[in-house]
Amino acid sequence: MRSDVTTRVLGTLSIAALALLAVMALVVTPADVNQLDAVRLIYIHVPLATVMYAAFGVTAVASVLYLLPRTRARKWDVLAGAAAEIGVVFTGLVLVTGSIWGRTTWGVWWTWDARLTTTAVLFVLFLGYLALRRVGGDPDTQARRNSIAALAAGIDLPIVHKSVEWWRTLHQKSSLLDEETFLHPHIHGSMYWTVMLGIGAFLLLFAWLLIHRYRLAKLEDRIEDEDLERALAERRAEALTGSP
Amino acid sequence: MAGKDLRIELRSRVATNQVGPFALLVLILFAFALDPDRGVLGQAAAGLFWVAVLFCALLAIQRSFAVESTDGARDNLRLSGLDPAGIFLGKAAAVAAELAALEVILGTGVVVLYNRSLHGPVLLVVTCVLATIGLAAAGTLYGALAAGLRVRETLLPLLLLPVVAPVLLAATRASEAALGTGSGDGWAWVRLLGVFAVIYVAFGVVAFGPLLEESS
Repeated sequence: MRSDVTTRVLGTLSIAALALLAVMALVVTPADVNQLDAVRLIYIHVPLATVMYAAFGVTAVASVLYLLPRTRARKWDVLAGAAAEIGVVFTGLVLVTGSIWGRTTWGVWWTWDARLTTTAVLFVLFLGYLALRRVGGDPDTQARRNSIAALAAGIDLPIVHKSVEWWRTLHQKSSLLDEETFLHPHIHGSMYWTVMLGIGAFLLLFAWLLIHRYRLAKLEDRIEDEDLERALAERRAEALTGSP
Repeated sequence: MAGKDLRIELRSRVATNQVGPFALLVLILFAFALDPDRGVLGQAAAGLFWVAVLFCALLAIQRSFAVESTDGARDNLRLSGLDPAGIFLGKAAAVAAELAALEVILGTGVVVLYNRSLHGPVLLVVTCVLATIGLAAAGTLYGALAAGLRVRETLLPLLLLPVVAPVLLAATRASEAALGTGSGDGWAWVRLLGVFAVIYVAFGVVAFGPLLEESS
């Protein structure tokens, strides 16, 4: 299970794409009229958010596949966990970059906007999921427990989103943030393509990280199994030679 | 299922003796934290009420699964031949009944201690019923998930509280409307609570079978 051609190509590609993104984002694209250089955060913030959704999507799908009797296999649980770990890291990054962006453009680190609040709940939900994954126990029961927890958290998300959205619109409209114009500014050609490049680059990075994390988890499993087998074999050998 | 439900109730009466007073204590602590003279307490009454309910729900759920952690009661439950869905509904109903009793105590406490009057009793009752069902269903699901784990005391709040965040939000807004402190349509929130309750009851019915098997 050493790194093979595919992952090496993926890794090289994602690093190259990220380098290109850095050049495009920092040098080629113009600064915004209103937001000045702060607008450059869009090239990392939006791609990070995309990866966040992709990662939790993978977790949800893998959990469903594990729970369906026909496709039940340990690998789905391992994949769900790997994706969730990456997802949580990226959610953290989304919150951090968003916060920095908010500070420079709205003047506050945090506002109780629907999207922000939902993302924060999402972050905590999956932190809980990761904590649950770490409690240990029999692998099969653990995998089943993980999958159910992932789904229970997953179906909560639309409700959280809906409730938070209502909550904010029932109260006064946030004056700081007009979502429509803020999140869909009049994007220039080069800016648009840079955002797209960013999304592509970060998705490549995600795929690369995911494959590696998945392999690592598989290897961890194997170590556990082989350790047990070796210990058993040793014990048996002891018994045969009759040593004390 | 109904019989089992009642038996749990009987067993849990011990817990209610502690959880009920705890709920009142929380209300008094809130009064210390938020100066009652400045009207903050009255304004926030609905929110404080539901936060207190949430904390008590955690205790009730821990308790509901703690009674089965001893003497292999969990295995006996599985051997009893009851349908897992039935066990889930029974346990959830027991938790819901406990919570409903608590809400009555807490509600009285809020009216008396925080000096609130009721504007929409029907709205308040419907809100309480739906929120309680949702809380009990989600709580029972996660309670079963965390039961038997060494770290359950700390893990359960971490897992459950974010999931029931919409319940807190919706129930608080609806109660505010019922208490006359909030603006907006309380019934829209009630619908959201209904959706939450339906989804988690349905999910629990489906997922409880595989969850119970795991305890072996």
